[in-house]
Parts: sequence; C-alpha cells; structure tokens
Amino acid sequence: MKYLPISALAMAGCSLLFTAPAFADKDADKDKEKKTTAAKPVTPRGLMLAHTCVGCHGQGGSSLGPATPTIAGMAVDTFIDTMKAYRDGKRPSTVMGRLAKGYTDEDIAEMANYFVTQKFVRVAQQTDPEKVKNGKKLHKENCEKCHEDNGFKDEDGSSILAGQWLPYLQFQLADFHAKKREMPEKMAKRLEAMVKEGGEKTLDEVAHFYASQQDKKVK
Amino acid sequence: MNMNRRNFLKVTAVSSIAAGATFPYLAKGAGKKVIVIGGGAGGTIAAKYLKKMDNSLEVTLIEKNPDYYTCFMSNEVIGGERKLDSIKFNYERLKKHGINVVIGEVSGGDLNAKTIKVGDKSFTYDKLIVSPGIDIKWGAIEGYDEAASQKMPHAWKAGDQTALLRKQLEAMSDGGVVLITVPANPFRCPPGPYERASLIAQYLKTHKPKSKVILLDAKDDFAKKALFEQGWKELYGYGTDKSLIEWRSATNQGKVSRVDTTKNAVYAGDMEDEIVGAVVNVIPPQKAGQIATVLGLTNEAGWCPVNRKTFESTQAKDVHVIGDACLADAMPKSAYSANSQAKVCAAAVIAALQGKEMVTPAYTNTCYSMVGPDYGISVAAVYNYKADDNTIAPVQGAGGVSPKDASAEDRRREMLYAHSWFNNITDDMFG
Repeated sequence: MKYLPISALAMAGCSLLFTAPAFADKDADKDKEKKTTAAKPVTPRGLMLAHTCVGCHGQGGSSLGPATPTIAGMAVDTFIDTMKAYRDGKRPSTVMGRLAKGYTDEDIAEMANYFVTQKFVRVAQQTDPEKVKNGKKLHKENCEKCHEDNGFKDEDGSSILAGQWLPYLQFQLADFHAKKREMPEKMAKRLEAMVKEGGEKTLDEVAHFYASQQDKKVK
Repeated sequence: MNMNRRNFLKVTAVSSIAAGATFPYLAKGAGKKVIVIGGGAGGTIAAKYLKKMDNSLEVTLIEKNPDYYTCFMSNEVIGGERKLDSIKFNYERLKKHGINVVIGEVSGGDLNAKTIKVGDKSFTYDKLIVSPGIDIKWGAIEGYDEAASQKMPHAWKAGDQTALLRKQLEAMSDGGVVLITVPANPFRCPPGPYERASLIAQYLKTHKPKSKVILLDAKDDFAKKALFEQGWKELYGYGTDKSLIEWRSATNQGKVSRVDTTKNAVYAGDMEDEIVGAVVNVIPPQKAGQIATVLGLTNEAGWCPVNRKTFESTQAKDVHVIGDACLADAMPKSAYSANSQAKVCAAAVIAALQGKEMVTPAYTNTCYSMVGPDYGISVAAVYNYKADDNTIAPVQGAGGVSPKDASAEDRRREMLYAHSWFNNITDDMFG
C-alpha cells in the first residue's frame, strides 16, 4: 500500500467507506484496493495490439453489434482484470478465453491504455419500453450503488453498461445468475433477491434498461 | 426476449462510427506516396490505417470494381438467409479519410521505376502494397474455364457468382442433388465449403427436403471438421440414410479431376466416376490474384513469398503483399488474417518511410462459420513473429476451435458474435 499515490489511496478509502459492509468477502476487498492503475500513454506497440481487437470489437472498440460488446472507454483495471479472468479461465466465454490466452500481462496493459482513451460510441438499439421502465426501477433498487449514473461510469470494475449491446448484457446476466461468472458478494445477494422477488424476467428488464441508455446531450 | 437478428441488422445498418484518435507523437513520412492495389479485406485496411497512423502520407487505393461484395457471409446469401445487397460495399467513405480512390484495373507496372499503370495513367510510389486476393486456376480441373463457371458457378469471389448459385438452388426441383467440389489446400477460407454445405442443407431442409448436398473433396480432412460433423448430425441427419449432407474425402473417391458442363457432371476419384448434379458448385484450385503474377511477385505455386514481419515481397523491394495472396505460415487465408496483416504491414511501411525501427508485430485471426440458423462455431489464434526462421507462429496454448461440448446457448451466442464480426470488420474496411 505504501507505494500507492495519495490520490489513489484517497479514492480507495473513499469507496471502501461507502461500500465496506457490502464487500465483506476478502477477495472483493482485495479487488477494491488495487483499482488504482492510471492510464499510461499509448505506445506504438499498444496501438499494434489494440488494432488486432477492433476487427471484432469495432473501430476504436465501439461495436456495431448486434452482440459483441463495446470495449471503448473501459477503465484500465477493468480491462486488465477482464482479460486476465478470460485468460485464466475464471470467466466463461465463447471465443474470448481462447484469444486472451495469447497475451502477456504487458500486452494486456498496453491494450488497456489504448481502449481507456477511446470514446464509447452508442448505437440506437431496439428495446422494449415496458422492460426499460421496469428495468430502471430495478436498477435504482439494486444496482445503482455500484453501477452509478445509469451505468455510464466504469468505476471499481463495474464496466460501462449504458448503451452496451442488449444480447451481451443478457448473456452476462444469465451467466451471473447461473453462477458461471464470478461477482462481488453484494451483487450476488442483490441479484438473487431480485430474481427471487420478480422472477428471471427482471434480468431481461435490467438488460433492456442499460441497453436503452443513449449519450446525454451536452448542455 | 425475442429480438431477432434481422431487427438488429436493420438497426445497425444505419450506424457509422468515426475513426479513432490520431497519434501526434508519431513522426511523419511527409508527402511519401503509398499505392495500395486491391480494395478487399487487406487493401482497404492497409490504406485506411496508413492514413490513421500517418496522415501526411499520400495514399492511393486502386480497385478494379466500384462495388465490393464480401465473400464472408456470402454463404448466407446462397442459403437464402441474407440479401446480396447486405454484403455489397463501396469506397465512398474511405475517401473521407483522405485516401485517393482510383477505380480501374492495374494493367502493369515497372517496379524498378516504381510506377503502376492503370489504363493510360501512371502512378508513382515510394511503397507499394499489393492485396489482390485470389484468382481461379482455370483449367486446373479439366474443362473448368471461365465459360464453365457460368454454368457451374464457383461463387468463391462474391457478387454475380453468388447470385447465380442462389438462383440455381431456387430453380432446382425437390430431389435434385447439389454437388460442391472442394480443392486441396491452400485456398481462400478453409472452412468456407463446409459452411456453404451447411447453409444449403438448411435451405433444402425447409424447401427441398428430398434433395441433398454432396461435398466432393480433394482432401481427407478439413477445417473445424469435428464441429461441422457434430452440427450436421444435430441438424441435418449426417451419417444416416436421410442425411442432407454427404462428404466424400479424397480417399473415398472425392477428388474431382474433370467437369463436363453439357452433362452437368463432374468426374471424381481414381476411376473418374461420373456424378451428375442438378446444381454443381465447383470451388476450384486458386492462386494469388493475377496482378501479383503480372508484377512478378508469385512463386511457382502461384502465391507470394514475403518477409513475415513486414510483408515485404522477397522478390521485389519496397513492394508488400498481404491477404490471401501472400504466404503467411499458420495464418489461414481469411478476411481477419488479411485485416491483421494489413495493420502490421501499414506499421512496417510507415516505419520504413520514417527510417525507424518497426514495432514488434501482433497478428490475430478470428473466423466464424455458420452451421445452422442459431448455430455458429469459430476458430481463433494469436500469432507472434519468429525472427530466427522468419515465420508467423501461433502462441502455444492459445486459440483453437469452439469446444465440442459447447451448449446450444453458446452456439447461438457464436451466431450473434459472427454477425457482429461481420458488421465490425466491414465497418473497419469501408467505414
């Protein structure tokens, strides 16, 4: 801890203060502490590596869908943790695990430095207004504390959910619900309670809500 | 939820994403001229990424046709799942990146004088990138020439040929046999013939259930074989009397040596058994696009040897060859390989023009195949450059094909990721 910059310490402390009871399990606490990596300038090698991703994930990491997720704007730590989870087989996938195994820690960090600089470009998606409405309520009740600002922010590994592709959101929620993908204890509890109370359709409603989010107008 | 993929395609068709950030810390190769020949999966990307990485370059893209039909997803057109227009693209948006687009056929060039001729116009270059794709080796199968391809389409270059094969399938009566002949390696899109058989079988299953597809193969093995055969069993009764797909390997007398268009027949195996088809799709042996031969870039087998780090031809200085035409070791002749090679090549060209050391290259391939309506499979690989023997080698322990025991849900996800792949790679090329 002593090598962390002051601002990073302040950030970590601050978010721990707000969410400490929720992240009672040790792994989650450990995850919290390391969410401090600052982006470094993109190197030519980073650009070279990032260019191999965009054939599938879209130019600058913004996907045209229908399912492959946009990875533009991901926080450095989110990107690194995600790639390592795929690489180490801790996160289920179709193709991404096979690809992630081809990259070193350094490669992954180089890619992360590129995608964090890219703007998440949102494409209008067809969503169900009723589901969006219910999803918004569920978001406020269950998700908002970590997925702040309607899912626009990527903080502490939350990823940007706002405007993400609907099928991808549905896949992830299905995997979380089936306990195929790891999640913080608090999220697991919330998710379980949400589905218990409202049925599996709540997963779909939450997905529709995030998918429906479009860029905010600059005032 | 019941969002079907057509709805998604409709939504995504209207969208476009602006080019990424520029990188001002890169030095400039001010005013240097790069010509790119060929506006396919390799050429478009090379031209665009040259401009993205060094906007001071003068980049000219020369392409024969004003419209481009992607080979990838053309099997969905042949199977009736997709309209031909959805795989049609043009070069208008590339002009906005500052690329000088010339529509015309390269007639030749003088590599010593560094000039390329298009009709009566002459273009000079400091660096030339050739991305000509494939050409058919006419006559390699006896009787199969350009005229024969109007009767027995190859449909291995998309466009009119794709439409012709589709039309023949629609016109075929129920009970007709569809023959697909497959060449020996190497050829464009190694899993393509088997995806095609799958999607034709899918069409037959609904519309012409008494018909079947017979693959006549010059090989005893093929890309994603175990996965295709598993999918065929699940969807098309493969291995039973009523199978909609039959595969005859080379050992099993599948290798076609001759065709006769008057009889709509092919001749296969040691005894040249005559097999008549209602529809005959000949996927013939291939070579690098003709212009590569004209420019003296091909070897005796018809492909282009290159330095695997820079894609510079080993037969001509300051000339690079990418995509299906080049020899790239473990990288298959796929659109994603061409995309990846084009980006590596662009970096190499820029480094050379700026007199700098080139960055360590990174290569990737991701290819999807459709087996049925909700059934996608994939192959992926990450490669590194090996300087000691100038090869592109896959990273051990990474890549490979979709797992054989994947769930139906994962097959469905791969179908949706395949369509995403198509939308994103075509936007990378033409957007």
